[in-house]
Amino acid sequence: MASEPLIRVTGLRKTFGNHRVLDGLDLDVRAGEAVAVLGANGAGKTTLLKVLATLVRPTRGTAFVAGYDCVKDAELVRREIGLVAHSSHVYEDLTAAENLTFWATLAGLRPSAADRAAALATVELDRAAGERVRTFSAGMKRRLSLARFVLARPRVLLLDEPFTGLDQRGKKWLEEHLASFKAAGGAIVMTTHSFGRELAVADRISILAGGAIALDTPRGTLSADDVHRLYTLHAEEAS
Amino acid sequence: MRRLFGGVTLVGLLTGLVMGFGIAPREATQGNVQRIMYLHVPSVWVAYLAFGVVLVASIAYLVRRAESADRLAHASAEVGVLFTGLTIATGSIWGKPTWGTWWTWDARLTSVSILFVMYLGYLLLRGMIDDRERGARFAAVLGIVAAFNIPLVHFSVYWWRTLHQPPSLMKPGPGTMPGIIVAALLANFAAFTLLYVYFVTRRARLLRLEAEAEA
Amino acid sequence: MIVVWKDLLVERRSKETLNALFFFGLLLLFIFQFALGPDRERLAGTLPGLLWLGFILSGLLGLGRTFVVERENDCWEGLLLAPGDKSAIYVGKLAGNLLLMLVIETILLVLFAFFFNLDIAGVLPGLAVVIALGTVALAAVGTLFAAMTAQVRARELLFPVLLLPVEAPVLLATVKATEAVLLGEPLGSVAHWLKLLAAADVVYVAVGVLTFDFVLEA
Repeated sequence: MASEPLIRVTGLRKTFGNHRVLDGLDLDVRAGEAVAVLGANGAGKTTLLKVLATLVRPTRGTAFVAGYDCVKDAELVRREIGLVAHSSHVYEDLTAAENLTFWATLAGLRPSAADRAAALATVELDRAAGERVRTFSAGMKRRLSLARFVLARPRVLLLDEPFTGLDQRGKKWLEEHLASFKAAGGAIVMTTHSFGRELAVADRISILAGGAIALDTPRGTLSADDVHRLYTLHAEEAS
Repeated sequence: MRRLFGGVTLVGLLTGLVMGFGIAPREATQGNVQRIMYLHVPSVWVAYLAFGVVLVASIAYLVRRAESADRLAHASAEVGVLFTGLTIATGSIWGKPTWGTWWTWDARLTSVSILFVMYLGYLLLRGMIDDRERGARFAAVLGIVAAFNIPLVHFSVYWWRTLHQPPSLMKPGPGTMPGIIVAALLANFAAFTLLYVYFVTRRARLLRLEAEAEA
Repeated sequence: MIVVWKDLLVERRSKETLNALFFFGLLLLFIFQFALGPDRERLAGTLPGLLWLGFILSGLLGLGRTFVVERENDCWEGLLLAPGDKSAIYVGKLAGNLLLMLVIETILLVLFAFFFNLDIAGVLPGLAVVIALGTVALAAVGTLFAAMTAQVRARELLFPVLLLPVEAPVLLATVKATEAVLLGEPLGSVAHWLKLLAAADVVYVAVGVLTFDFVLEA
């Protein structure tokens, strides 16, 4: 395991029509590290995530995940990542177990019933396994999304505002889950809006403004107020 | 260089028109209207050429992701639609005095109309997708489907028309045409092909300039 | 095929598509009758055309909805992210669509026979061949185009606009072949149409399988 970062983004630029969303963005994330990307609405956080997830092709620049180019080796990158975004990726009319079976099979895995049950247990959905997702709360749906990656074991988790819409219990659970993912050697890129508890699991904070990373600092002992101050400083400075 | 080519094209076009409308003999039964054939038949040829180029450029784009291939496909499709429209228009104009009706379900006219609508759909698809790269990809797939469809259209329409009816008289007669008519036709073929190349290269260049301006 | 399994499950639970298409087919029958009048003789001549008109219109609705379940559940990205060959997804969706179309066509055929007093028992095998060949051609292109238009604005307009011209030869072939079959002629008499349909099937499915990867990319 070299010191080569698991995620390496260099000079990333993305233009939609006339609108330049990302402009010269650099970002490195190592194994076992979690980076929280802060930014205003429309700053390009989701676009960055989508480039890493191979859902969007950059206009210029490169993005490498686990050594694979997100554009040229998109297929290989997809095996290494798990995306938890606003779209829940669950079929409402299917049960939790059926959803898991579908997504796992589509990903080329062949989970046994025991594997599935274990994955659902990890995300604390084992009792709701046979219920239709339509009846689930937002938190439960998000946990089901993550259950897929308990089976698939990606090396990188990409999360778009994952704590939004969760209750206290849900947030605590997610924090623990992400912490153990990190401990197992995975890398996390997490976008977020907020400055509070959610940042606890992050090792570094990157502020995205003006299309690039305006500030990248270890979270260390920064308090929520510190972060807020830095954010206002840099987000406003760049715009 | 471009000017020179443009000039050559213009000369070719004039030659063709003069030969077709001036020098070639007047047709006995149909009269001067038959001269439309000198526009109609080369138009069809160019249309098929254009769509063939769309096929090749589409495959090239999917394989190599070269933007120039995409622009070529786009430009060629536009010019193809143009010449297809011209074919339909000239066919219709030919038909009115000859058959008394603007429209007939003649095999060629029908086939060409289907192609016209297919490739109009192609242009419509391009117009409706904002993401340039996705638009290029989808258009390429559509270009391939449409091109493979052309022989299917051709045969199905031909059988549809000829199994219970005599074939259309709009086709130029079998090879026993007098030399001058053949010469005029060939001249127009050449001229229209030059015109196609001219249009496509200008259009493709325009597309490239647009793309560069946006980046 | 996991995709077919999933779509069948969803359909069985929500029952959206099949029910609506069934009623649509029924409505079409009434509309045809009203538009063409009660004169049986006149109707008889146009029956093959009407039948396929019914199939195509239902097909436009049904095929257009191929990826609606993905869109409504926000799962489209999930399909994009699935590692591996996307052609498998195409085949899965195609199989599902074929099943759907064949069910609808069977229902329509029965309704037609009932309303227009057709005796189709004798010609059923021949009819089945024609319908099968035509349906594969419809579904193959329809599934591909449905994927292409799924994320485009004005998709409800673009889908038929793209599909109908491409399917024109298939329509010509199937109507002519159906006409012959309904008149009691042997399949051999329309062999050329059947060969055209078979060729179309092969071409469309091949192009679909080969290009689906490009369509389902991001």
